[in-house]
Amino acid sequence: MGIVTLTIDNREVKAEEGMTVLEAARGAGIEIPTLCWHEKLKPYTVCRICVVDVDARGWTSLDTACSRPVKEGLVVRTRSAKIDRIRKTILELLLAHAPDSPKLREYASEYGADRDRFEKDPSFCIDCGLCVRYCAEVKKKNAVGFVDRGIRREICFVPEVALRECNGCKECFPLCPTSYLQAAFVLVQALTAPAQPEKP
Amino acid sequence: MARLNSPEDLEKLRQEVLSRNDPKRPCISICAGTGCIACGAAGVVSAFEEDLRRQGLGDKADVKRTGCHGFCEQGPAVVVHPDGVFYARVKPEDVPEIVSRTIKEKKVVERLLYVDPATGQRVVHESEIQFFEKQKRLVLGSNSRIDPGSIEDYLAVGGYSALVKVLRTMSPEKVISDIKESGLRGRSGSGFPAGRKWEACRNAEGETKYVICNCHEGDPGAFVDRMMMEANPHLVLEGMIIGAYSMAAHDGYIFVGGEFPLTVENVGIAIRQAEEHGLLGQNILGSGFDFTVRLSIDGGSYVCGESTALMASMDGRVGEPIRKYDHATERGLRARPTVLNNLQTWANVPLIINQGVERYRSIGTSGSKGTKVFSLTGAVVNTGMVEVPMGATLKEIVFDIGGGVRGGGKFKALQVGGPLGGFVPENQLNLKVDFDELGKAGLSMGPSLVVMDENACIVDTVKYFVTFLSDESCGKCTPCREVFRQILKVLNRISGGRGREGDIELLKELSDVQRDATLCALGQGAPSPIDSALAHFRDEFEAHIGEKRCPAGVCRGLSAAGPR
Repeated sequence: MGIVTLTIDNREVKAEEGMTVLEAARGAGIEIPTLCWHEKLKPYTVCRICVVDVDARGWTSLDTACSRPVKEGLVVRTRSAKIDRIRKTILELLLAHAPDSPKLREYASEYGADRDRFEKDPSFCIDCGLCVRYCAEVKKKNAVGFVDRGIRREICFVPEVALRECNGCKECFPLCPTSYLQAAFVLVQALTAPAQPEKP
Repeated sequence: MARLNSPEDLEKLRQEVLSRNDPKRPCISICAGTGCIACGAAGVVSAFEEDLRRQGLGDKADVKRTGCHGFCEQGPAVVVHPDGVFYARVKPEDVPEIVSRTIKEKKVVERLLYVDPATGQRVVHESEIQFFEKQKRLVLGSNSRIDPGSIEDYLAVGGYSALVKVLRTMSPEKVISDIKESGLRGRSGSGFPAGRKWEACRNAEGETKYVICNCHEGDPGAFVDRMMMEANPHLVLEGMIIGAYSMAAHDGYIFVGGEFPLTVENVGIAIRQAEEHGLLGQNILGSGFDFTVRLSIDGGSYVCGESTALMASMDGRVGEPIRKYDHATERGLRARPTVLNNLQTWANVPLIINQGVERYRSIGTSGSKGTKVFSLTGAVVNTGMVEVPMGATLKEIVFDIGGGVRGGGKFKALQVGGPLGGFVPENQLNLKVDFDELGKAGLSMGPSLVVMDENACIVDTVKYFVTFLSDESCGKCTPCREVFRQILKVLNRISGGRGREGDIELLKELSDVQRDATLCALGQGAPSPIDSALAHFRDEFEAHIGEKRCPAGVCRGLSAAGPR
């Protein structure tokens, strides 16, 4: 693997070919926020909070740092008025679903996001897919997946698989940026193995 | 049918077909595209077959069940060749009269002729009807002479002669340079030069290469892809074979929505016939070139029109867009070099080869060559599928071909390009059908043109598009999914008379984030209707919010006059 030199926030950064901009930046101590990224998982590029400005030979565009491969001569800016505005809005939109998520609140104070900007719609899940992808890519169990699409997209456990696999695993729980994944799981467990109702 | 082993065999078969066709023999061509079937065309076809038999004319005239002629407004449309007499809105009970008058006595049934609404005159021939007269039907022109289930009909109109020319006289490089020079650009709306794509694929490394025809159309109001494919599938196949030959690709796919049953059926028949004739499969026409085409039928998800989602869906994965850093021409379907073109793009290829680059280039504008097919619907007199040369103005399409606003109403806007397009107000109807000109105006060259009159509410229409997209978005990307959720709330509020000060600004702000930050073209294009609605019809939003009034009287709970 060769070494390439790129510029991130006016700093010269050396990175191995094949790395992403996010990895190169973090390696150099430059922080870029992420929600759906995890070191063991393939870049998913959906939370969009890691968008950065990328200038490749005069061709400027916004791109997700978690997916963009480093390249010799790349010029990256991790903050700008536009980037901050995007991050702030994304956080406000997600805080409507998970107002008490520690991670979201931490970023919200950094980007000045108003927790109460949008009407609360507490689904707790922000569709980052960490649990879904961890289960599929690392555990290769597919006990949890996405159902439906568009604004109705949500995570859902497959009861038959979940009953067999999840009790002994639960490795996805701590990944959840909203800390509410457990609720979803317990709910499904309750539905699939309901306690006998007491007879009146 | 015996397999054709050389271009000469094919020309021999063509001569045979032509010699069997007596040009003077009456042929009743009935439009049985999806639109006309919905108006009862199937009953008209069987009525003709029965009546010819009953009147003892079964061997004196042919009945041809064709695909869409284009004039959907007047369907079921019947054209009696060789004179080209056009009958509009034919019902089964009209059939005996047509048979006895027109077939037997060679006279015209006056009452069934099309009446020009402008002059009140009855028009006898299809070619004299203004709707057709003002079009340039290079791609659609043969539809009324082709039974889509008959490869012989396609041969009779010169079909597969471009393939013969290519295999006999053109190297793959020459095909690509001709397509490049022709100026052919992707008809899906993107306008990417087709020849450049083909060249990149040809030059890409790897033995296995794919060509894909995108016949997946989901825009509300669009019916071009399905109708064209239904009516003349061999034209698309011929274009694909020529393209594959130029790129040395041996596998082709037609990606079509399962919700178009007739399209699936007709293209399936066409593939089988082409295989039987040696036009697809091993050693095509004895040239040594192999190419097969398979159908890939999807569940009809709108986002699968996006190329990465399309290829994921074809590969059996969830049809969701992904972020890629390689061009499909290098790593596309199954990570192989792939060319994906819309079926209109493929359909133009035989024309370019047959006519020659110069003639093709002579049609259109400096940056956009050839013709473009649109579905024209909404509050327009002549609903249908129209083909115009690039450079035609939107005004010509709406008023000359479309006949203007239905019921003499007042024109409000032309919706161009579906849910990812925008609204064109009357003072901008001089915009030309041209990739660059429409692009600059924030519009895309999508397949649909929807005419809106004063009875349409812009707020309601925007809400309709956002509702559609919020359902059709895959939902994986935050700014797309969540912005739709919030915008829908705002629009519901506005149309329900609960709009607030600042809502317009909120719409703009959210739209900006959606456009800038989403992963794929669906989210990036979604703000277009809102942008153009606010640019041209801001007063309607203001009336809804400030005066609690829906000027068109569409939004439930609001009246045109406002609260009492």
